[in-house]
Amino acid sequence: MEQRSRAFYLLTAFFALFILFLYGPTITIGILSFQGPQGGLTFPMNGVSLHWFRDLFEEQAVGDIWGAFRRSLALGLMVMVTTVVISVMGGLAFRKRFAGSGLLFYLIIASLVIPSILISLGVGLIFNQLGFKIHWATSGFGSQLTWTLPFGLLIMFAVFNRFDKSYEEAARDQGATAWQTIAYVVLPIIAPSLIGVALFGFTLSYDEFARTLLTAGSYNTLPLEIFGMTTNVTTPVIYALGTLTTLFSFLIIAVFMGTVVILGRRRARLGSDAGKGV
Amino acid sequence: MLKNRHVTGWLQAAPLSLVLIGFLILPIVAIVIVSFWRATEFSIIPAFTLENYQFLFGSPVTYKVFLATFKYAAITWALTLLIGFTAAYYLAFHIRSQTVQIALFLLCTIPFWTSNIIRMISWIPFLGRNGIANSTLIDMGVIDEPLEWLLYSDFSVILAFVHLYTLFMVVPIFNTMMRIDRSLIEAAYDNGASGFQTLVHVIVPLTKPGIMIGTIFVLTLAMGDFITVRFMSGSQKANVGRLISNDIALLQYPSAAATAVVLLCTVLIVIGILLRFVDIRKEL
Repeated sequence: MEQRSRAFYLLTAFFALFILFLYGPTITIGILSFQGPQGGLTFPMNGVSLHWFRDLFEEQAVGDIWGAFRRSLALGLMVMVTTVVISVMGGLAFRKRFAGSGLLFYLIIASLVIPSILISLGVGLIFNQLGFKIHWATSGFGSQLTWTLPFGLLIMFAVFNRFDKSYEEAARDQGATAWQTIAYVVLPIIAPSLIGVALFGFTLSYDEFARTLLTAGSYNTLPLEIFGMTTNVTTPVIYALGTLTTLFSFLIIAVFMGTVVILGRRRARLGSDAGKGV
Repeated sequence: MLKNRHVTGWLQAAPLSLVLIGFLILPIVAIVIVSFWRATEFSIIPAFTLENYQFLFGSPVTYKVFLATFKYAAITWALTLLIGFTAAYYLAFHIRSQTVQIALFLLCTIPFWTSNIIRMISWIPFLGRNGIANSTLIDMGVIDEPLEWLLYSDFSVILAFVHLYTLFMVVPIFNTMMRIDRSLIEAAYDNGASGFQTLVHVIVPLTKPGIMIGTIFVLTLAMGDFITVRFMSGSQKANVGRLISNDIALLQYPSAAATAVVLLCTVLIVIGILLRFVDIRKEL
């Protein structure tokens, strides 16, 4: 093995600092959320306690965070399922290079780059003018899809660009119908990527703020609730909440990634040894 | 068969098209229409008036705020590109084990799946008047008084932008770098190029598509933002997004819509220029 260059060590130091920059603040509020009951928003720690976490579970000063959490969870799941289904269908559609697919592609890019506040404002205006009730499960749901779908579709494009069509041909040659080919050949092959799409769908919805701001109606989602707290809560209870929801996000990410790993192992175990020269 | 392909394609794309029509196109149309309406203190009235635009372009605040928006976007872009490129370069060319590579890459992307609001809040104990940065600097004897410009300033706004958006540079640049044929780099070395020359003359040109995609992400996110500027500046600084959200808070929808239309046009022009340098469909 060749000698590592000086550049390698410099870059390693840079990368370590970058990771520290990414995670340092989050770790800081993680520590500060264990402040003692008299502690403030900054160091030093005034004792160590679970006081602020306990505060979260007592229904008073801090508003309706558990209701907000339930709504965010439900909305996240709705957006996740919808994003996966629509992205797969969209991905399949784009393989056919149908007339107008170029235009639709640019709409997807537009959906990704448009300033979020425009979606919020526009959807709010339409619902108001048409007399529909603004609600997180209707206007909020649609607004969030304009953010999650582009990510889902970009993943599907990347997946299908690398998809080996001979698998489908083999299925067809053996007499599978179009539907059977998709259900028994295409979907199982792309399953791990679908978990990726689902992860984007859920987490982007769960954390979405700008597109939900004017479209959630009278019941806040969790990010809206947290933002509301920043203006009137001046105790570490907000750190405790931040720590809990970040841990929840980490848990979700771990579950999704664990599923991908398990699927991969299962596939390696049960898969064919064709072409491996066994 | 040909007709059939188009029909199936459209059927499969129908749900996607419906969502985009209902929640992207129609909202933009609504904003454009309302930008010509009139507002009273209590309601908005259908009309065709240019006064929202006249007011917008007649006010010196508009130009100042647009300038500030470009300033935030440009500085954020430069910093995220520098940091993102370096991190991606390290991952792609200096990490030899694929497992370590994937693990470090995921380490860079995980924060993307957590809450932006929380990530902004978490800078407070670091940057505040009695925060970690100030107390460390005082302990080290670098400064005598706490620095006031660490939090609620342009500095903290840009710091948060870089913190939130560098990832949008790392991912596409890393993706492009991983597709560079390694024999090209060997060829450069064999011809006597130094590491730095290889970087400048081989890797950077080949990484351009990734840089462009990252640029599109960062510029549009930074230009369209309103919440980072509001939160990290303690409402003391403004960009176009905040102009819009302030009008919304005052129920001045026509005025907000006019500003939104101008912002949208600005963003689309920037994207239009950038898309001339990269074919996104080819890069997926």
